[in-house]
Amino acid sequence: MTLSEFLYMDGYYLYVWASYGLALVVMLAQFINPIRRKRQLLKQLGRKKRRGQRT
Amino acid sequence: MLQAITKLASLKNFYFFCGKLLPWFAWPTLILMIVGLYWGLVEAPADYQQKDSYRIIYIHVPAAWMSLFVYMVMATSAAASLIWKTKASEVVANSCAPIGAAFTFLALATGSLWGKPMWGTWWEWDARLTSELVLLFLYLGYMALQSAFEDKRTAARATAILAIVGVVNIPIIHYSVEWWFTLHQGPTVQVLQEKQAMDKSMLYPLMVMATAFKTYFATVLLMRSRNEILERESHTKWVQEEREHL
Repeated sequence: MTLSEFLYMDGYYLYVWASYGLALVVMLAQFINPIRRKRQLLKQLGRKKRRGQRT
Repeated sequence: MLQAITKLASLKNFYFFCGKLLPWFAWPTLILMIVGLYWGLVEAPADYQQKDSYRIIYIHVPAAWMSLFVYMVMATSAAASLIWKTKASEVVANSCAPIGAAFTFLALATGSLWGKPMWGTWWEWDARLTSELVLLFLYLGYMALQSAFEDKRTAARATAILAIVGVVNIPIIHYSVEWWFTLHQGPTVQVLQEKQAMDKSMLYPLMVMATAFKTYFATVLLMRSRNEILERESHTKWVQEEREHL
């Protein structure tokens, strides 16, 4: 099987690769979101704490 | 045993417990995904009827299974928080909703992308497809309801009731292809059957992908739960200490 045959998927390339691409995007986003959220949360906590010390 | 559970139910302990579990799901997910994708896309033979279009199955079926599985996890945790008022189960139930919604969306979207070349239509209002769409709305409804309340405990009670009532939809989705005439094909994989309708060369990669989706769900669930605990406990000393560690 050549690479172009593989990518062609018997002519169903549009449907197959759209499915896999969509899954990749959605699942990667679901994975990265909590990582970014955690960083954001910890940053907020830091700000809150510094404010707490000043007053 | 009971003591261990009570201890785990405290948010602080649950936070660290989730953190310990995390790598045991995250790394297997990566490995299983690579193996499953290579096996399903390259090694597995093409279907004699559907040719290469059937390869959508390796995304579609695991996503659809997960859409039901995540709902059951969500409803069970919701029921636990309703009965025992445990905060950890509230956190788990809340963290399930967006992940479940994502899986349901994927099942619907890939189903549509598979339906177009095979059935000649993107969408059909039949039992299987419609009940799966209802599932998506249940997840979205849960999320909307959760954000509608200021008080977390009130929100937990309201969403728990919604989640538990929504369980009736699960057997409907599962058996819809047997109960009603539908465009959707019948179940290809049946757990309690010795002779499978699907050949092993196609079944095994599907099982690998299904396992990968399960560990992926566990990974994201743990990460989301940890975040929600940090948020809820932001006023406590241990969270402040945890922050200094990082």
